[in-house]
Parts: sequence; C-alpha cells; structure tokens
Amino acid sequence: MSPQSVCAVDTPEPMIGELASGERRPLARLLTRIENGDPSVRPALPELFAAGRGAHVVGITGPPGSGKSTLVNALITEWRKRGRRVGILAVDPSSPYTRGAILGDRIRMMEHAADRDVFMRSMASRGELGGVAATTWIAAAALDAAGYDPVLIETVGAGQSEVEIARLAETTVVVEVPEMGDEVQAIKAGLLEVADIIAVNKGDRPGADRAARQLRAMLSTAGGRVERKPPPVMVTTATTADGVVALADAIDAHRSQARTPVEAGERAANQVRRALADLAATRAMADATWDRTIRAVADRALDPMTAAERLLDGVG
Amino acid sequence: MTDTPIRILIAKPGLDGHDRGAKVLARGLRDEGFEVIYTGLRQTPEMIADAAEQEDVDVVGLSILSGAHMALLPRTVQLLRDRGMPDVLVAAGGIIPDADVVKLKEAGVAEIFGPGTSIGQIARYFRENVRRS
Repeated sequence: MSPQSVCAVDTPEPMIGELASGERRPLARLLTRIENGDPSVRPALPELFAAGRGAHVVGITGPPGSGKSTLVNALITEWRKRGRRVGILAVDPSSPYTRGAILGDRIRMMEHAADRDVFMRSMASRGELGGVAATTWIAAAALDAAGYDPVLIETVGAGQSEVEIARLAETTVVVEVPEMGDEVQAIKAGLLEVADIIAVNKGDRPGADRAARQLRAMLSTAGGRVERKPPPVMVTTATTADGVVALADAIDAHRSQARTPVEAGERAANQVRRALADLAATRAMADATWDRTIRAVADRALDPMTAAERLLDGVG
Repeated sequence: MTDTPIRILIAKPGLDGHDRGAKVLARGLRDEGFEVIYTGLRQTPEMIADAAEQEDVDVVGLSILSGAHMALLPRTVQLLRDRGMPDVLVAAGGIIPDADVVKLKEAGVAEIFGPGTSIGQIARYFRENVRRS
C-alpha cells in the first residue's frame, strides 16, 4: 500500500496483543498488512519482535517438484502428534510481467486446514530480491508471536532469493530427489551449501539410497562451511511418511545441538548477521544517497574507501 | 489498497473430479495479475472457509459441476460469515440452472459465471466488486 492511499491507517489496532489469543483472523489480517508493506506495521515491529517466543524457524527448500509441500504436510502431521502448534509460510514466485502468482502449496496440505493448531499462509514473492526476505522475516515473527512453533518457511529453491530466505531459518532442510545428478552436483556451490539437513525425497524410487550415499561421501570430503560438520543426509518418502519421524527428530536435534548457551548465542548471532546484512544491503541499494555515492565512485570522482567511510558515517 | 494484487482462493467443493475449468481460470487470473491460491479437488465448505480465513483472500471462487451447488455454496457463504469475513466476495462457476442462480444470489453468492464466460470478464468483475476494509 502506498502512503498516499486513501485507505485509513489512522486507527492503529492493538495488532500484537490480539495475536496471543490464538484467533486466526487477527493473525491473517496482520500478515496481509505485512505483505502489503502497510505503513501501520512499521511502528508495531518493536512490539512484534519482543512478543516472539523463540519459535524454531525451519526453512524447507529445494527444486520445483521435489516434494517439498508433501513433505511439509507429513512433517505437520508428525509435529501435531508431538503436541506442537505448527505455522507455515509457503512462498511461491510472482510473475515479473503481470505481478500475478499461482500459490499451489496448499493443495498438499488441505487435510490440516481445519486444525486450529496449524496456520498456513501462502505468500507470493512480489518483486525484488531481498524485499521477500524482509517480509518473510516479519511474517515469521508474527507466527512466532502467535504461539506457533515450529515455523516452517517453504520456498522454491531456484535462485539467490531462496538462499536468502533460507538464511532466516535456524535450520534449513534442502529437499532433493534421487535423480538430482551425479557427485559433481553435490559439490557445486549453492543450495546444498545452506543445508543443515538434506532430505532425499521420493525414497521409493530406484537410486534413492545410492543418491544419499553419494551425497554423504561428497559432503564429508569437502567440509563446506569451515565450522560445520557435514549435514545429515536422510531418505524420505513424503507420500507414505517413510523417514519423516527421523527427519522431524533431526530437525529438532539440530536446534538442541548447541551445547552451551554461548554456542547457541553465537549461532543465533551468525544467523541474524547474515539476514540483517541482506536486509541492510537491500535498503541501502534503494537509498538515493547511496546511489549518488555509488555513481561518484563509478565516475572516479570518489575513491571507494572514502565512499564507504562517508556512507557508514553516523551509522551504528 | 487496490495497488496490491487481488488474492483469490479457487476451490472445488464436493465430489466431482473435473478441475480443468478451475485450473484454466487459475492460470488466466494469474495472467491478469491476481494472486491465486488453488486448493484442489474435493473440498468441504469447512476446509474452504478455513483456508480462506488463513489466506485472508478478497475473493473465494468455487467451481462446481456436481449438481450439489444448492447445498455447498450457501453453506460456504455462511461459514465465511461465521468466521468474520462477510466482505469476502463469493463467486461460482460451473453448470448451474438459471432457476438456482436467483436463490444462490439471495443466499449471498455474489455472481455466477456460466459456460462461455471469458476470463477477462471474470477478472473485470472481481476488480470492480472486491471490497477491502
């Protein structure tokens, strides 16, 4: 919504307080405002993030058709058995030409539509890189404040923006299929690098175990991010829920892996560091002062170090 | 708030298994700039209302060819009202006799699009009639 819109924003509702009630409608309305970039949301953000209960944010990503939504559906069933209230944000791409979108993740999850302890929201990516990540971060905070834990963020793993969204998650599950390719695919940079857990889904197809073995072998040799041990590789069949109990266990275990409060704090800080850097960069690139300074450097009117000092002068 | 895309839930209530029309409409409305949440076949009115509530849609589009429209459509409208969503535009498409159209509109169905309606007509109707609070 644009600031000059005629729609009234002069009645600030007690948006955040209502979330704790467990009612769906206030949460659904708030998510719409967040998606629309409604200016009434901005002043509520400190309260919103303070109201968070520390939900485990889990990213689910992977190529189109790998079974992410079906796997999420099976995970919801498993977590409901464990008495958890589950929130889901499913992000699908908007057309850059028409701004329209087909949001189809719900098809696989309709069995949970009537469950009051499951809240599922489809979101279109609506435009530029980074903006999606910011919106998703705030939306996940809203689900957290409303008492959902875990909060699952499902994205199509097709590019950079999905990697950015995955960075918001404390635990990122990358869903692959047995036909994903040979060993070289496993050591390419990209999606697999952000994986904390890899699920080789459609495990009833030939080659699933072999694909999992190859992934394990390749990931254990290279090491990936230096401070990490290689991610566990699990085989799942979402349609029958085979392997889903183990996957849910692995996701829960990933959170509790941090042995000390210091270690847990450091990991949380790293996660926020990456997400915040993305957010700040997006804001900066849209800023007129930054643009002028960038052009000055491009025109050789200014050296890059002076430019950086000027831009960050007064920051922090 | 008309500068944000209109969100529509497209669902097939009841037991008929023919969803070609719903899918063509979903695709067509995407091209018209709508955000289309497609929920698939064999939905109960309760599932549709629960989904519409969580998705906070502007429009619920129901495709029905089974003949059970007199039971399923008014029920869906009622459930949306019960959930505090009286402003959501409920529209239907499919094979619905003229005599039933009047009764359905009395029950709160905003519009019914029969065979031969173009996607452009449907999109225009939604753009002109969506109520946003």
